[in-house]
Amino acid sequence: MSKIAIIVENLSKIYRLGEIGTGTISHDLQRWWTMKVRGNEDPFLKIGEANDRANKGTSNIVYSLKDINFEIEQGDAVGIIGRNGAGKSTLLKLLSRVTSPTTGKIKVKGRVASLLEVGTGFHPELTGRENIYLNGAILGMRKKEISRKLDEIIDFSGVERYVDTPVKRYSSGMYVRLAFAVAAHLESEILIVDEVLAVGDAEFQKKCLGKMGEVSKGEGRTILFVSHNMAAVKTLCQKGIVLEHGGTKFIGNSTEAVSYYLKGDSETQNKKTFGAAYNKDEFALNCISLNNAHQTNDDPLTENSEIELLTEITIKDNEPERYHITYHLYNEMGEPMFSFSNYGLQVLKQGLNKLTCIFPASFFQSGSYYLSLYVVQDKRKAIFTEKDIMSFTIVDGGRGLGEYMGREPGNIRPMFKWKIDNI
Amino acid sequence: MNQHQLQEEKWDLIIEPQSSIFNLNLKAVWRYRDLLLLLVKRDFVAFYKQTVLGPLWFFIQPFFTTLVFTFIFGNLAGLAPNDIPAPLFYIAGITAWNYFADCLTKTSSVFRDNASIFGKVYFPRLIMPLSIVTSNLVRFAVQMSLMLIMMGYYYFFQGSNFHITWAILLFPVLTLLMALLGLGLGLIITAMTTKYRDLAFLITFGVQLLMYGTTVIYPLSKIPEKYRYIIELNPMTNIIEGFRYAFLGIGEFTLHGFLYTVTVTAIFLVLGVVIFNKTEKSFVDTV
Repeated sequence: MSKIAIIVENLSKIYRLGEIGTGTISHDLQRWWTMKVRGNEDPFLKIGEANDRANKGTSNIVYSLKDINFEIEQGDAVGIIGRNGAGKSTLLKLLSRVTSPTTGKIKVKGRVASLLEVGTGFHPELTGRENIYLNGAILGMRKKEISRKLDEIIDFSGVERYVDTPVKRYSSGMYVRLAFAVAAHLESEILIVDEVLAVGDAEFQKKCLGKMGEVSKGEGRTILFVSHNMAAVKTLCQKGIVLEHGGTKFIGNSTEAVSYYLKGDSETQNKKTFGAAYNKDEFALNCISLNNAHQTNDDPLTENSEIELLTEITIKDNEPERYHITYHLYNEMGEPMFSFSNYGLQVLKQGLNKLTCIFPASFFQSGSYYLSLYVVQDKRKAIFTEKDIMSFTIVDGGRGLGEYMGREPGNIRPMFKWKIDNI
Repeated sequence: MNQHQLQEEKWDLIIEPQSSIFNLNLKAVWRYRDLLLLLVKRDFVAFYKQTVLGPLWFFIQPFFTTLVFTFIFGNLAGLAPNDIPAPLFYIAGITAWNYFADCLTKTSSVFRDNASIFGKVYFPRLIMPLSIVTSNLVRFAVQMSLMLIMMGYYYFFQGSNFHITWAILLFPVLTLLMALLGLGLGLIITAMTTKYRDLAFLITFGVQLLMYGTTVIYPLSKIPEKYRYIIELNPMTNIIEGFRYAFLGIGEFTLHGFLYTVTVTAIFLVLGVVIFNKTEKSFVDTV
């Protein structure tokens, strides 16, 4: 039986929504009255509800975490995944003692080092070397310990030349490298890491991941890793915990956890059926769906497979060739990417048309996209327009350890033809 | 069962909603003493980086304040005592007052100033205010040397008539009292400002007003008997009187006044540390 490193018991954390500062004194007094004087439960806990930012709740107190229970064994690398607002950061904050739970308990064996951010406490006026000491001490290292590891840290960061220059002169990349280098050399049994991979260039990311893999596998330390980067979670962690609305939805091995998470995310999104409101005189829009080639639309759309966009549209006009459809594609920022249309490529027939557009594999980069639909009559008149009629999310496929885990720039990554001429 | 219980006792850390208010975690503070020193060093180095005069700036502020006070309160208002040079009277008051005021104002905003660090990393929060008090001590030492230089100048070149008394032995105690009084009050205020910001406004002008309620610009002897008790209620009055008595041999330094200040300081300090410790656990959610 392996030893337990962390036990979380009935952990909850509530937050008060809205503006803090109005009515707090009266709330405080009310709370004090019921809890201390009359010995009842906290009155504000009762009206708390699950944290779902999409639904407008009735109470202004929400549970960011509600009755979480899990155990982590020593030497495990555990990925914590979940959508924004699922409670991941709150959980990390509680584990790293930045804030305290409302109810429940966490028991920990061993020293905890948490990296909720790299470079906490860096002072811009101090040199790299001075900041290594300061940051190391903030993270809980003794001065002796830092001195012993100084050369190793500087070497790992790759900024030897600038180590006696104030860090305000550093490029942001150098800054992060130095900061991560300090953190990577912490001697703690438990390491808590939040999304640090989102920073730095490909080479450095590789180094960080390599170091983290080394730490968990080689040195037998326990790692808790929060990330939106599914590829990194899958390669780095053996176990995964999926959080949703402040509760644990899945605990198990990391591959299963990732697919559980992605499925839950995409089930409703990749197929949309349209009702009577989309039944017009000339046409009726039935359904739009997306799926990976040879898969159903329950599976998450991945970067490295062909993606099919199916539009089911019924043309009622007896001159169906007068119509065509055009899509505009937008990225997460709402920036237009490109438009595409069946005009000149496929002619619509009277009755139900199942029109499939096929995007080649490795065309989209991971991210969310939005489609706007135009139904066009006589090549120029848009008789129907709807913005953001459909949205979909592409996730990255599996990658090998040591590969770049970050996101390439831009939204598309087409595989062009390459030629090589060896002289 | 037995084995389970055995495991139960070996936890290094248990994170719970509340712990006893007297669980001050001073052991952890001691473990982080290196951080305290590094923070002091940071404050000192960062203060004069990219300045031409560097640490000289520590001198300039008290020097000019003394000059202005001597002119306005000494010459125009005639508040300074006649038996010693007015600049000496004022520099002594200013040096001591500055240390207390710096400790108080900087400590009183420690949660707000460090919210970004506190929100990301755990270390015993008490380290921060302690480092503030310590780095102000460096400043205080520099300003003390300015005072000693001025004393030397007046003694040897002007032949002024002042004398150092036995109370100089109390100097370390007086310094500690100033530091702890500022720290205690500051801790109470910073803990309360995390929720109620109003106090932050109060502190900026409150400290300034409080200076006029202390014997910085006038000697205690010039206060009409009727109002004396108000000034004497201020614990800083006894410290500044003691400070002047030690170095210049003037002022009214009494044992009961001294003990009163010690008691008040101890009360504020204990109260401050307890409130601070209670707040540090969850202030991230409210600040």
